[in-house]
Amino acid sequence: MKVIIDAELCQGQGRCFSMVPSLFYFDELGSGVVIGDGTLTPETLNLARLAQANCPEHAIFIEE
Amino acid sequence: MNDKPPVVDFATDWDHTDPAWVKDPYPIWDDLRLRCPVAHTDRYGGAWFPVTHAGVSEVAKDTANFTSRSVIIADNRPGDEKLPAPIGVAPPITSDPPFHALARKLILPAFAPGIVNALEPQIRELCNNLLDEVIGDEVVNGSLSYAKNIPPGVIRQMLGFPQEDTEKFVEMVHVITEIIDLPFEEREPLFQPVEDYFVAQIEDHQANPREDLTTFLLDAEIEGQKLAIEHVVGTMVLILVAGIDTTWGAIGASLWHLAQHPDDLERLVNEPELMPYAVEEFLRFYAPVTMARLVNADMEYLGCSMKEYDWVLLGFPAANRDPVVFKDADQFIIDRAENRHVSFGLGIHRCIGSNLARLELRVAIEEFIRRYPRFELARKEDVTWSPGQIRGPRNLPLRILG
Ligand code: HEM
Repeated sequence: MKVIIDAELCQGQGRCFSMVPSLFYFDELGSGVVIGDGTLTPETLNLARLAQANCPEHAIFIEE
Repeated sequence: MNDKPPVVDFATDWDHTDPAWVKDPYPIWDDLRLRCPVAHTDRYGGAWFPVTHAGVSEVAKDTANFTSRSVIIADNRPGDEKLPAPIGVAPPITSDPPFHALARKLILPAFAPGIVNALEPQIRELCNNLLDEVIGDEVVNGSLSYAKNIPPGVIRQMLGFPQEDTEKFVEMVHVITEIIDLPFEEREPLFQPVEDYFVAQIEDHQANPREDLTTFLLDAEIEGQKLAIEHVVGTMVLILVAGIDTTWGAIGASLWHLAQHPDDLERLVNEPELMPYAVEEFLRFYAPVTMARLVNADMEYLGCSMKEYDWVLLGFPAANRDPVVFKDADQFIIDRAENRHVSFGLGIHRCIGSNLARLELRVAIEEFIRRYPRFELARKEDVTWSPGQIRGPRNLPLRILG
């Protein structure tokens, strides 16, 4: 399982990296980026879901 | 404050400056959401107000049918010649694509999280200095003595303007934020001294470049071209207009809430790890900003017959209370885990200062409640709210409890 950010949809609201800094970071324009390749473990899946549920732009996706 | 006829039905004659709306807009919006998803008024030359999250979201993201040329509702319908598209008078907030992206990229790096987060110690010190000034007072004005002074203090430091000009700067900031509501012609004479001061600061930075926002703007380029001085001044003005009253309102409203909810206050004092959640819930529940758009051409939209140059007021704060999207939308839940609030807007105009605003709000509340773990409203009836599109308590006397 992987978490991804759709760069087209992301507007840099900053919710993912401020809430779940273990999975997300930001670039120099303030857009969200996934740390590493985004592979999720059963433990980090819930964190990814939390970020997803807080993204106002619906830009975070979790791939099975 | 308002010589307009009172509103009888907000569904067909709404007015965001009506005293009832200014005092407590939430019941009005809740009622409208049940009756009509988009309210209309003939005031201001014709204007629409979508009340649902879906309606607000659709308009905010539709930059083809709506323009940002004028984001503050004026008394009259604007003609085209005064508001040149797609740049507008204060890029990027008044710009449309494709120019918008250029103007936005220019300032985004200056407000990126890495840069902004480094300001935390300075913001904390600023808050403590303000609290020191009222030390020992039984009643502290959470708005006028505290919230109001934090955003200009932070931005003065970011711009690298002299510390000794702090008071002068706060004054000028308030001139700027007051005059945006005036007709074009009346702004000029009031704005001149502010412009002169900004130009003097810019010249000083040209002579002595240093690591700050002013130097950043002077070095910035759009398509290989340095900015004209007017563009640098214009950008500074935009940052002040967009960054001061808004954050002032958010800090003030959060204190207003805590003053009336001792249980929430106590939890925040005892469980500081709740703060990030509380900050988002303050922002959702008391979102200070509504922004306007203009309709580009006659069309049927959201079931309404919209006309060219009609206004659409984007009620981000109303969207935040839509029960379709938020569970227990009308409840303030300090540890709300799922909170997709749209207080910083949606789509390409997402607030550039959101990381900074969030940081200021968090630090301002942390320092206030560290100093004063218990306080209440001194006199509820003395609290007043700003009218118009940026909402916040203007007068907020708080009684400090032992
Ligand atoms: C709690 C405080 C704040 C709130 C609620 C807020 C809200 C907003 C909203 C809703 C927008 C979107 C406007 C639109 O769609 O037309 C916006 C845009 C903007 N804000 Fe903020 N803002 C806040 C603080 C700040 C601060 C501190 C700054 C800068 C120092 C700032 C700078 C801007 C700028 C430059 C834009 C225009 C972005 C663009 O058009 O691309 N804001 N803000």
